[in-house]
Amino acid sequence: MPPAKGGSLIIGLGNQYRRDDAVGLTVARRLKEAAPAHVRVLEESGESTALMDSWQGADTVILIDAVHSGAKPGSLHRLDAHRQPIPTRFFHYSTHAFGAAEAIELARALGQLPPRLIVYGIEGKTFEAGLGLSPEVEKAAQEVVERVLGDLCYPAATEKMLNS
Amino acid sequence: MKSRTIKVDYLARVEGEGALYVKISDNTVTDVKFKIWEPPRLFEAFLRGRNYSEAPDITARICGICPIAYQMSSAHAMEGAFGVTVDRQVRALRRLIYCGEWIESHTLHVYLLHAPDFLGYEDAIQAAQDHPELVQRGLQLKKVGNDLMAFLGGREVHPINVRVGGFYKVPTKQELAPFVEKLKWARDAALETVRWTATLPFPDFEQDYEFVALRHPDEYAITEGRLVSNKGLDIALSEYDDHFVEEHVAYTNALRSVIKERGAYLVGPLARYNVNFDKLSPLAQQAARDAGLGPVCRNPFKSIIVRSVETLYACDEGLRIIDEYEMPEKPAVEVQPRAATGYGCTEAPRGILYHRYRVDDQGVILDAKIVAPTSQNQKSVESDLWQFVPKYMDLPTEELTWRCEQVIRNYDPCISCATHFLKLRIERD
Repeated sequence: MPPAKGGSLIIGLGNQYRRDDAVGLTVARRLKEAAPAHVRVLEESGESTALMDSWQGADTVILIDAVHSGAKPGSLHRLDAHRQPIPTRFFHYSTHAFGAAEAIELARALGQLPPRLIVYGIEGKTFEAGLGLSPEVEKAAQEVVERVLGDLCYPAATEKMLNS
Repeated sequence: MKSRTIKVDYLARVEGEGALYVKISDNTVTDVKFKIWEPPRLFEAFLRGRNYSEAPDITARICGICPIAYQMSSAHAMEGAFGVTVDRQVRALRRLIYCGEWIESHTLHVYLLHAPDFLGYEDAIQAAQDHPELVQRGLQLKKVGNDLMAFLGGREVHPINVRVGGFYKVPTKQELAPFVEKLKWARDAALETVRWTATLPFPDFEQDYEFVALRHPDEYAITEGRLVSNKGLDIALSEYDDHFVEEHVAYTNALRSVIKERGAYLVGPLARYNVNFDKLSPLAQQAARDAGLGPVCRNPFKSIIVRSVETLYACDEGLRIIDEYEMPEKPAVEVQPRAATGYGCTEAPRGILYHRYRVDDQGVILDAKIVAPTSQNQKSVESDLWQFVPKYMDLPTEELTWRCEQVIRNYDPCISCATHFLKLRIERD
């Protein structure tokens, strides 16, 4: 699919078959139903060059992935890529040699970050093989859906609130 | 100097999860372990009982970087078992999609994973800050490979269009035409890549490897050929198990392959280059010579130049295939299953990927064996380290560790592919 010029893009990342690692995909699927029609929603595995390709031309990109930083399962991290670097160990459970954090940092180095790039990291509990989210992560998934809708509908208000 | 231990628990810039352990006592290397600790994948076990036609799609899931290699080796094995020959143009298209995979996989490794070692950066992100045009060229070149895979394979990751007997759908000549311009650009970019990699600093390190690769009388072998080495091996695929054996080693989740008579061997770009230099296109041969490579290259660090030469070849070959392409009448030939054993071996970006299947007269898989390139190279990786560390013993531990990691990255190991099997033994009294 050729990249759309402008507009908003939601990208859910993860592996369907690694329990909580699927949370990004789950959120993306729910947003496909809930988001306004002009918003594009993609599911990606997290391979970096495909990721950089997929967001080309978009004005606002919202990326959702499971993370493993040691925080309480279900905790929510919200990062604005223009305000802070994304720690490369953040998406620890990707087996890609070059994953989502690298894609963002590489795009930054090359001056190719989308004008607005928000990353939601949801702290996972279990990344073992299998289907289904743990209850804490499931709860967080619903919250992220609502917050992303807020980001899309009231971008200025959200930024102001979060940055104050 | 006293005893030292070099330990890297989580290797960076390799596909999958692996570790390294080197023990030095009284200035002598006493232990080397290249550990693959990513859990076993058990694909061979769950192929049993499945239909022959499912093998290409199931095995493609083993790797996100080289799914085409898995699809081709399995499709060829089944076609061999059932006595099927695919149409000439279908064969050419398979070679073309494989070229896409070589371009994509080699370029990822050359620019994003391997180059930082030579340029002295921690990773490609740092390298991109100082050399944005270089990294940009790598990304664009990789994309041409990805586009070719996505176009012919139906999608980029885990393509779905390859089947036993051919493809589900083949393009018209017109549909392929846009790739001519893309591949011409890619060929120029690949040539620049060869020239640039030739200027990188290389340690003076050569090994007397046994290079094993497919060899074909008419072409630089990718999808077909006999298994040939520089030390006298020359066998049909069906003889693979007579000459190669997999051994289980306690510290790694991947089986380690050896040649029965001689031990460690090397597969991949360096092996193909040494076995088949004469089959490269004139452009690729010339570029290699201009880069200072002869027909023989035994320095594993120079595999970055060889990968670039193969990328150039893949672009050149892709253009040739598109130029001669005529849409076949049918995308696939009919397949009639019969009870048989089939052997498939193709040149994955990292080296020969061997599949063997035993199927019954209904086409149900009774038994499967898959040997991935990285399992075959494990022993060579370790033997490189045994030779390399004594030469650089005087370096501070941190730098020596970094050098050892480079020795491993020379192989572009795909650890996820290698952990396909674990022998489990339960002992009871």
